[in-house]
Formats: sequence, structure tokens, C-alpha cells
Amino acid sequence: MDIVQPAIGLVVWTLVSFVILLIILRKFAWKPILGAVNERERNIEEALSKAEAAKEEMSRLTNENDALLKQARAERDVILAEAKKLKDQIVGEAKEAAQAEGARMIENARIEINNQKAIAMADVKNQVASLSIEIAEKILRKQFEDAKKQDELVSDLLKEVKLK
Amino acid sequence: MLAAFPVRGFSQEEHAEGAKKEPDVKEIIFEHIGDSHRITILGDLSIPLPVILFTDKGLEIFSSAKVKESEEGAHEVYQGTHYAYALEKDKIKVVDAAGKVDEETTKKVWDFSITKNVASMWMGMLILIVVFGSMSAAYKKREGKAPKGMQSFLEPLVLFVRDDVAIPNIGVKHTKYMPLLLTIFFFILINNLLGLIPIFPGAFNLTGNIAVTLTLSVIVLLVTNFSGNKYYWKHIFLPDIPFWLYPIMIPVELIGIISKPFALMIRLFANITAGHIIVLSLISLIYIFKTMWMATVSVPFVVFMDCIELLVAFLQAFIFTMLAALFIGMAVDDHSHAAH
Repeated sequence: MDIVQPAIGLVVWTLVSFVILLIILRKFAWKPILGAVNERERNIEEALSKAEAAKEEMSRLTNENDALLKQARAERDVILAEAKKLKDQIVGEAKEAAQAEGARMIENARIEINNQKAIAMADVKNQVASLSIEIAEKILRKQFEDAKKQDELVSDLLKEVKLK
Repeated sequence: MLAAFPVRGFSQEEHAEGAKKEPDVKEIIFEHIGDSHRITILGDLSIPLPVILFTDKGLEIFSSAKVKESEEGAHEVYQGTHYAYALEKDKIKVVDAAGKVDEETTKKVWDFSITKNVASMWMGMLILIVVFGSMSAAYKKREGKAPKGMQSFLEPLVLFVRDDVAIPNIGVKHTKYMPLLLTIFFFILINNLLGLIPIFPGAFNLTGNIAVTLTLSVIVLLVTNFSGNKYYWKHIFLPDIPFWLYPIMIPVELIGIISKPFALMIRLFANITAGHIIVLSLISLIYIFKTMWMATVSVPFVVFMDCIELLVAFLQAFIFTMLAALFIGMAVDDHSHAAH
């Protein structure tokens, strides 16, 4: 059987050729190809993990934002409530102050009026007094000249007298 | 393989017009699966290849065109520097002055000719170098990008060898053996596929030649045993069995060293040769039954066989690489010898 007898020439040529092929392909094909494939796989892995990390960062940021927003809203509500309270308080205070001031001014006016009234009364009294004295003087003077005339004078004078 | 054969067959019938000689189917089949000193292109048209001989008297190089073998068995004799040579059944033989084959002297002549199989092997190698050279250039040019064209076709095969052959069988140490496994895989694959092409650049039976499978197996044998660690050798020479079993176990383990690559050699050789013989036999049925109607039966069967052979071409390349990786993996495995 020829076909199961290995030919020495073909064995040697196969050995030599295969070893050369192995060396050439290892240097020029397998190393660059496997290197590039490994590199790419590493890159893809890295990119995927980076994307995952970015996603996590994203959701973390979103959560943080939500929390901040919620907090801000609560703070706003508190501030608004405080402001409302303050406003009410200020308005109430102002009302009270205005009322007090009004009352005080009315009181002042009344005191002033009374004062003026008292001054005017005193003035009237003085005038009445001086007029009375004047009248009395003139009467007295006339009386001392002539009784009749004195009478006339008194009546004249009385006619003249007008309460100012 | 196919196209060359029928033409050859017809021409043979024309040659034997007078005598109406029967074509010797068995001889033709074996001629086609065997090696040759010329590449047949079509019919009688063939490329002669150089004959390189190491004789006991010195080197001898001449073209195989000088020793053409005619159909009638009359040999053309070439008078070399040291001896006279002639072809007999595609083998270079030394002939004496009377033109008779001198078997004694022939045994002293070592034939290192560039035969059909050597030429086809170089063709396959050239294809591999060109294809993978351009592929690796593409990786440099398109660094970090997605594979394209040739890359996207071959990259899965390369990754298949890495992820499904090397890593499961060898483990973390696989990187060192990747070039060998990839080269074995693609060498066998391209030559299997070239052997399936029925016309000129193919029609060879390289991976179905025992010399080639022997060489590949010896390479696997050497690599396996040179990478064997202490666990591997301990498993062979100091297995965990009672001492009185050693005289039986150690020879068995030593036979195991040889039998594993031997299985590789026989499996590849037998599978590819068997495929070629079946296809050639189916075609030969036309000549055996001497009717063209037989072609209606033969041709569908041949097409069917070729489809199977296409599968076998991939399968055998895979199995050879797989088992080579398995053997290497067993030799470099350092977990525990108890795992076997």
C-alpha cells in the first residue's frame, strides 16, 4: 500500500515549509491580529464600564438635583410663610400705632381747644373787667358833676356798651 | 480532481483505440490521490516539476519533463550525472543500461523532489501569507475600528480558534500556543479546501497524504512533550497507583505519548483520502458501466459528497487543532494530576 508509506521528501518539505510558515505568520499575522483584537476588546470593555460609570454618575446627579429641588421648594415655602406672618404682624402693628397716634392727636387737639377756650374766656373776663372799670370810672366821674347828667350818661354809656 | 480525471479517462480510451483497453479505475484513483512529479492541468497538459535526488554519489537535479511516462508503459530514460532515471508509477527509479528498474540502487536514492503536493502546499502557504498579511495590514490601517471585508470573515475563525479551542483546553497559558494552533488550523483548512477545487489550482490530496499528516503530528508531539511540566511527567512515570502496577502502567503511558499524535495523523489522512476516493469512485462508475446515463446518478452523488467534504474540510481542521490544543493543555495543566 503506497498511500500509507510517508515519502521522506514530502515529510522534509512539509516540515521545512510549515516551520517557515509558522514563523512568517507568527511575526506578520498572528501577533498583529491577536494584538489588535485584544486591544479592541480591551477598549470595548473599558468603554462599556465607562458608560456604566457615566450612567451611574448621571443618576446620582439626577437624584441630587431632585433632592436639591425638593429642599429648595420646602425652603421657599418656609420663607413665604414667614414673610406672610411678618407682613401680618407689621400691618397689625402699623394699625395699632396709627390708632394710638390718632387718639393721641385727638387728645392733643382737645387739650389745645380747652386751652384756647380758657385763654379766650380769660381775655373776655379781662375786657369785661376793664370795661366795667371804665364804665364805672365814667359813671363815677359824671356822677360827681351832675346827678342828672350822670344818669343820662350812664344810660348813654350803657347804650354804647356792646359786649365785644 | 474531477475535471482533469474524465478528460484523462477519455484520452486514455482514444489512445487505446485499437485494443479498446479497459481503463484501470483503481490505478487512476490511486494516481489522483497519490503524489506526482507533475501538476496536471487538463488532460495531457501538465506542468513539469523539478526532481531533486540525493544519491550515494551526489546531488541530482533535473526537470521531470525529462522522464515522461507514457500510457503504454514505455519509459523515457533520463541519463543523469550518476545514474539513469525513469518514472514508474510516478516514482523516480534508477534504471540500468538495459532499461530495467534497479531496485537495489533505487533504495540508495533519496527523493527530495518538488512534487505536486509540495507545490500545492506552497500555493496554500502563499494564499495564507497573502490573505493574513493583508488582514493584519487592515488591522493596522483601521486601528480600533470594527472589522471590515476580509477581516470580518476571518476574524470569527481566528477568535473561534482562540475562544473555543485554545482557551477551554489550554487555559491561561494559551497565548504562547496561539500562533501554532492558528497556523495548523488554517494550513489544514486551506489545503483541505484547495483539494476540493476540481480544476487547476486545486485538485490535490495534500492533507490526505500521510507524510503531511505525519509531519504535523510530529510537530504536535514535540510541542506537547517539550511543554510538559512536572505534573505531566509525574503522571507518566510516577502515577498514583500501587508500585507493582508500574511495569504495566509506564509502558502504557509511554505508548500514550505516541498514540495521541498517531491518532491525529491517521484521522486527518483517512478522512480526507476517503472523501477523495469516494468522489473519484462515483465518477468512475460512468466508466465502469460505460454509459453516460450513469452520470445522472453519479453527478448528484458527487455534488452531495462535495458538500459533505466542504463540511469535513472545516471539521477536520477544527478537530486536529482541537486535539492538538487538548494534548498541549494536558501537558501544561498544573492544577492537579488527579484531574485526569
